[in-house]
Amino acid sequence: MPKPGIDKVEKIFEKDVAVLEGMDISGHWNRMFEQRVVWNYDTEVLERITGLPGGESLGWCYQCGKCVPVCPVDMVGDYGPRKIFRKVQLGIDLFRDPDLWLCTTCMNCLRVCPKEVNMIEIMPAVREVAVQDGNVPPELQKVFENTFKYGNPMGESPRKRAEWVKDAGVPVTILPASPRPVDVLWYVGSYPSYHPRGKDAARAMARVFYALGVDYGILGHEEKEDGDSIRLAGEKGLFEMLAESNIRTFQKYTFNRIVVTGPHEYNAFKNLYPRYGGTYDVLHYTQFLAPMIPQIRARFVRELPYVVTFHDPCYLGRHNGEYDAPRELLQAIPGVRLVEMPRCRENGYCCGGGGGGMWLDGFSRDFTRERLSDRRVREAVEVGADVLAVCCPYEVSRFEDAVKATGNDGKLLVRDIIELLDEAMGSPRVR
Amino acid sequence: MEFVVVSKLVPDLVEDLEVNAEGTALDRQFMKLVLNEFDEHALEEALLLKETYGGRVTVVAPDAEGVDEVLYTALAKGADRAVKVTGLGEGLSSRGLAGAFADLLPSLGFDLILTGVQAADDLDGQVGMLLAGALDLPHVGVVTGVELVLERRTARVRKEYAGGVLAEFEVQLPAVLGIQAARQPPRYAPVSKVRQAMKEGKIEEVEGRVPPTVGVTVQRMFKPEAASRAQMLEGTPQEVARQILAILEERGLLR
Repeated sequence: MPKPGIDKVEKIFEKDVAVLEGMDISGHWNRMFEQRVVWNYDTEVLERITGLPGGESLGWCYQCGKCVPVCPVDMVGDYGPRKIFRKVQLGIDLFRDPDLWLCTTCMNCLRVCPKEVNMIEIMPAVREVAVQDGNVPPELQKVFENTFKYGNPMGESPRKRAEWVKDAGVPVTILPASPRPVDVLWYVGSYPSYHPRGKDAARAMARVFYALGVDYGILGHEEKEDGDSIRLAGEKGLFEMLAESNIRTFQKYTFNRIVVTGPHEYNAFKNLYPRYGGTYDVLHYTQFLAPMIPQIRARFVRELPYVVTFHDPCYLGRHNGEYDAPRELLQAIPGVRLVEMPRCRENGYCCGGGGGGMWLDGFSRDFTRERLSDRRVREAVEVGADVLAVCCPYEVSRFEDAVKATGNDGKLLVRDIIELLDEAMGSPRVR
Repeated sequence: MEFVVVSKLVPDLVEDLEVNAEGTALDRQFMKLVLNEFDEHALEEALLLKETYGGRVTVVAPDAEGVDEVLYTALAKGADRAVKVTGLGEGLSSRGLAGAFADLLPSLGFDLILTGVQAADDLDGQVGMLLAGALDLPHVGVVTGVELVLERRTARVRKEYAGGVLAEFEVQLPAVLGIQAARQPPRYAPVSKVRQAMKEGKIEEVEGRVPPTVGVTVQRMFKPEAASRAQMLEGTPQEVARQILAILEERGLLR
């Protein structure tokens, strides 16, 4: 294997006497070098990546750099999609390089890439090989093991998945306990089931559904992590296991459509589960509720005098094209004034939680100047918002941490849209 | 080299533990079982040894709910054989378990037996020693690192003592080691490999036999009884601060 390098210049062109437009320009300033030939880059790693299913497009990069200003990680560190190609071309082993775990699969680079270099496929493909070889950051390994054992990334008891229901204040149909045909199967998701702030959103959802008379049920202990972020983090085998298990569970019950709390499960159920035999009418909860705004308005009893800015979740917005439903709901709330951050909609900034980033904060810290969520919270404060509204279960905890970390405690509240709807319908404000 | 990992499943603390109606054991109704964490380290150490010196790793575990998943995971990590020992019943004592393993292991063949130094369910830490006793083999416990000296057929092992002191032993093979921690954290078993192992279904089943043993019986199992309770202070930060100050003064903790 030749060592990467470049040939020295072979030929020098220099005219003894050079005359240009009647002027004598003889001398070293008319010297030209023969083009240097890159002759022995080690292309083995590049070929290994482009040989993987999903890895092909890495080879198409022509280094234009359009991804540089839109990559959320590039802004806070040395990582960058354009650099990935160059580094691999120069022989770094991406299969073992920390860069492999920094991409959040937010898709903003693909949006602007003229060559359609698809990091959303490249990264999971390379990570899959790394996972097979046992090269997994320890904090991510723990998440994989928890999800395999318990069906949720935090390693909580599967039996306690529906415990939040007790404090919802309204009846919730748990289908395994009381099976019946329902209009809506509400897939709650792991964070709304277990994370303290996620549970707040789950309870708010139950109350809003109850107020609107939605005919729905949840899966209780039979529900398992959807697995989309697990797949993007490289554990495809685990994703497939979860998909098969969830599809088997869905088959047991009669429903017309699935409504999900989070954009990641929306992406999984809508775009990936069909490959495993599960095709459903799937709606993110904002899409389910937006057409019901007249009924929702009739239930509002309170004005919320908030300046609200909305953070587009990558997997609802860029990945699935839904930008309007969340905004329609926010604008329907009396008293709310919606302001946009400069980076919004198609160019929304990533919270850092996607593609496994949710479980790599400790790892990423060594390679980034600040957490993506910290940066996003500063943007929200800069536009004068007093509420940062979100509709992805990863984000409430990420941004609330970021509010504290950036010294904005007391200046900015982080609320799921469903919590704001619930509050305007008369429930006590969260905390 | 034949490395044999002796393991067992213990209650998973992810579920709340309840004492049974008789008050003598844990209620097993909703109990979930996992591989004893120290046994996971014993397996990791065995796999590292195999990678360095060659040979075979055999994992042995008594039958229990979830044992198949544990054994397939071990195969996915690189173990060569997985043996499920049936018919031993639930809640076997350390002595009973060591007796059953001593009865079984000669038929499997071994150069080095590795087991977790203890298990979270009984905290006895005796299986390794009793097994070594029954097989008339040398034993070292609380081991945190193993290397082999092939030409002398010995193992050089590191043992942890209290107070941060380490000792190195050389022990004649075959031997039994109680592993405190492997040299590296237990490796990840990719789910695709676990599922592949499940498809291959290579778990061997053998009927176990528990030799008659003397032992102890649990007379009463109970949750710790609270002797005193924490006092929660309420009010604004200023009020809470004043209360803390008052308590510290009252108890003579301020000078």
